Amino acid sequence: MAAFTLAASGDHWFSALALGVTLLKCLLIPTYHSTDFEVHRNWLAITHSLPISQWYYEATSEWTLDYPPFFAWFEYALSHIAKYFDQEMLNIHNLNYFSSRTLLFQRFSVILTDALFFYAVHECCKCIDGKKTSKELTEKPKFILSVLLLWNFGLLIVDHIHFQYNGFLSGLMLLSIARLFQKRHMEGAFLFAVLLHFKHIYLYVAPAYGIYLLRSYCFTASKPDGTVRWDSFSFVRVISLGLIVFLVSALSLGPFIALNQMPQVFSRLFPFKRGLCHAYWAPNFWALYNALDKALSVIGLELKFLDPNQIPRASMTSGLVQQFQHTVLPSVSPLATLICTLIAILPSVFCLWFKPQGPRGFLRCLVLCALSSFMFGWHVHEKAILLAILPMSILSVEKAGDATIFLILTTTGHYSLFPLLFTAPVSLL
Amino acid sequence: MENWYWMTLVVLIGLTVRWTVSLNPYSGAGKPPMFGDYEAQRHWQEITFNLPVKDWYFNSSDNNLQYWGLDYPPLTAYHSLLCAYVAEFINPDWVALHTSRGYESQAHKLFMRTTVLVADLFIYIPAVLLYCYSLKEISPKRKMAVALCILLYPGLILIDYGHFQYNSVSLGFALWGVLGVSYDWDLLGSLAFCLALNYKQMELYHSLPFFCFLLGKCFKKGLKGKGFVLLMKIACTVLASFLLCWLPFFTEREHALQVLRRLFPVDRGLFEDKVANIWCSVNVFLKIKEILPRHIQLAISFCLTFLSLLPACIKLTLQPSSKGFRFTLVSCALSFFLFSFQVHEKSILLVSLPVCLVLNEIPFMSTWFLLVSTFSMLPLLLKDELLMPSVVTVMAFLVVCVTSFPLCESTSEEQLQLTPFAVSVRRRLPGFTFLPRIIQYLFLSSVITMVLLTILSVTLNPPQKLPDLFSVLVCSVSCINFIFFLVYFNIVIVWDSKNGRNRKKIK
Repeated sequence: MAAFTLAASGDHWFSALALGVTLLKCLLIPTYHSTDFEVHRNWLAITHSLPISQWYYEATSEWTLDYPPFFAWFEYALSHIAKYFDQEMLNIHNLNYFSSRTLLFQRFSVILTDALFFYAVHECCKCIDGKKTSKELTEKPKFILSVLLLWNFGLLIVDHIHFQYNGFLSGLMLLSIARLFQKRHMEGAFLFAVLLHFKHIYLYVAPAYGIYLLRSYCFTASKPDGTVRWDSFSFVRVISLGLIVFLVSALSLGPFIALNQMPQVFSRLFPFKRGLCHAYWAPNFWALYNALDKALSVIGLELKFLDPNQIPRASMTSGLVQQFQHTVLPSVSPLATLICTLIAILPSVFCLWFKPQGPRGFLRCLVLCALSSFMFGWHVHEKAILLAILPMSILSVEKAGDATIFLILTTTGHYSLFPLLFTAPVSLL
Repeated sequence: MENWYWMTLVVLIGLTVRWTVSLNPYSGAGKPPMFGDYEAQRHWQEITFNLPVKDWYFNSSDNNLQYWGLDYPPLTAYHSLLCAYVAEFINPDWVALHTSRGYESQAHKLFMRTTVLVADLFIYIPAVLLYCYSLKEISPKRKMAVALCILLYPGLILIDYGHFQYNSVSLGFALWGVLGVSYDWDLLGSLAFCLALNYKQMELYHSLPFFCFLLGKCFKKGLKGKGFVLLMKIACTVLASFLLCWLPFFTEREHALQVLRRLFPVDRGLFEDKVANIWCSVNVFLKIKEILPRHIQLAISFCLTFLSLLPACIKLTLQPSSKGFRFTLVSCALSFFLFSFQVHEKSILLVSLPVCLVLNEIPFMSTWFLLVSTFSMLPLLLKDELLMPSVVTVMAFLVVCVTSFPLCESTSEEQLQLTPFAVSVRRRLPGFTFLPRIIQYLFLSSVITMVLLTILSVTLNPPQKLPDLFSVLVCSVSCINFIFFLVYFNIVIVWDSKNGRNRKKIK
């Protein structure tokens, strides 16, 4: 970045950073791509070739549509551009279809939709106050935040090598956070509602939004000691927020309610049959729980406490996605994980209610919600750690204490993403 | 931020770009029976590992010289042998005699790419960093910016990590040579340059400036005293290094001659394929290759080459200076490229390296030259399906150069080092003040032509009667640009005087 520090005037550095990372993304086009590539190709095919009533029923490929309707519409829009690149990729029977034009189209679609992410980062930088205005460009908080977000290696690995669309989804989240910082609460709520209907994993952080908006927006004033003033409750605001959420949901789920497909859509969106842990274990509490269970069962067999015939066949470490029972420790049900998650987020949510600290307090609560859900959630993907890392970046450029925590979080988080890099050349990268 | 943070960051960016380019296909990927340069390097590992030294350069039943016979000096062979030992340790199938011909696999590609990266990391990159670190009179930030620009030069990255070659070894050694000789470590510099020469014989393009500079230094010290001693020491170093490299080949006279025959294939003609030099461009209109007999071609090429580089070399011998040395490297290498025998388009890299070294003094012209040099290799890059990495690396290079140096404002006479020349011209033509304007227009027209030709080459198919139309157009346009640069660099060298340098310091 030495070159960028010599740029003539202030704002060129953002464009230079954005352009630089875009060029790097272009260089990453020929890297290994995962099954997610085929997943998205399949969804392009489904949304392009079939009517809406079939979208959540289609099962020719094992990669069925399991994101909310807005994402399906997004794929539909993309598919209209895709047909100019390679018509064959839109055929649902072309399982595992691959051609260089398909690759080019898919990779470029991720690179170009990242424009929203760039805009969101730009907005977030505006929310950071540069109190320590030093002459050194590289020491300005805005510059550091831009580098941390634009050049986030976790995002680069997941989006541009492994293949996903987290860039523009994270952009939506960061934009809604920025809007809340800028006190444009309605826009923030709207953006978050839209985001939820793009990818429902953001439900992890919904409690933070809900409590914050209720406490700091619907109650327009607080008592001097910070507790809530019940009489400052604004019905108008509550109703307008409710209306926004309702309208967005109606737009998204409306067609499927009309077609009586809600149960099917729900079973696709929340596949509890997929088991406690993903094929590649996310480094969360249940991974440790499973490891302990496995260790205990091995010891038990050795010491003849357990009867080998009673041990269930399915093994958690086999890399498959399925439900099964634990051998020694009690089995875990989805309800149990939900309860654990709720207990974990309770302290931060309580703080947000009883001692609101404005947008920064909200952001802290958001990060904690994301981390708790990651730790205790059902069927968590390791990619979900990005949900915590990206907002944490904003906090870390303001306080030294946060920066230390951030360093640990990013190092371990990005390290845990390494199993996603399958082939040797890419791992060396 | 500390200097070494910047240095690490610069190196990491350079390495990342190199590694991502290496993910693309290599020369001759999946194209039997001959494949390409990648297969040539693999084949040399096979030959050097399995056959005794005396058979390496000779045609035999085990070594068919028609199939990628060794045509680089012994140091390349030793390097291939070293790589072959590692290859054999990992997977003997890669270098098995005869059976490994045309071997292609992901693991092998990873191995070969890694050998290029290792060589680059140990030889070329440290040289670049040391060179930038030792630049005088500029801020540390600018030093790192120069280092980043040099490391991101697209031509070398695309050829070494895309097409597949080991230019970074010979260019790295040559750079160590430049460093040594510029900072008065003449013996080490000479040794390094001899190593470069023994790695690729094309380094002969750089040999005359080295010779003239060292000779000039000896003259300055006085031929009767220290100068003579220095001259003798240098001569001994050169002889010793050549002897060491060629030792196994001096056992028989026929050996050494055969190696020389492989290194300098004068039978192959004035040029092969399309290359951006004079002969190929003239050949479009006037078929020299057919009209003139071989020895006349050789003579003309020899004469023109030496005539064009004489002024700069004489000046360097009489007034040896580090700056003059680097500029003379450029102009000499460019003269050789334009007029010499059997030039390949990749030889432009031999000119690009010295131009990278003068990036700090004339950023505008250097950036322009480096862009043209990458463009001149376009037909080769398209053949290797390297269009995307080429476009991206060229854009990255341009972005980095534009942010590091205020290029748009660096076109004054002062900054183009043309002040002495302009002053001389103004003595005869008082109204000659529009030199910067001319240069800017030329730059714009050059860039527009290059972009247009790139787009045309990629999107359109050439007409059936002229299948090589786009290659020839690319070569001719590049050639015209190179002639302009040759004239420019020679003007800067010849008109450079001590006064000119002082005036720059006062400003």
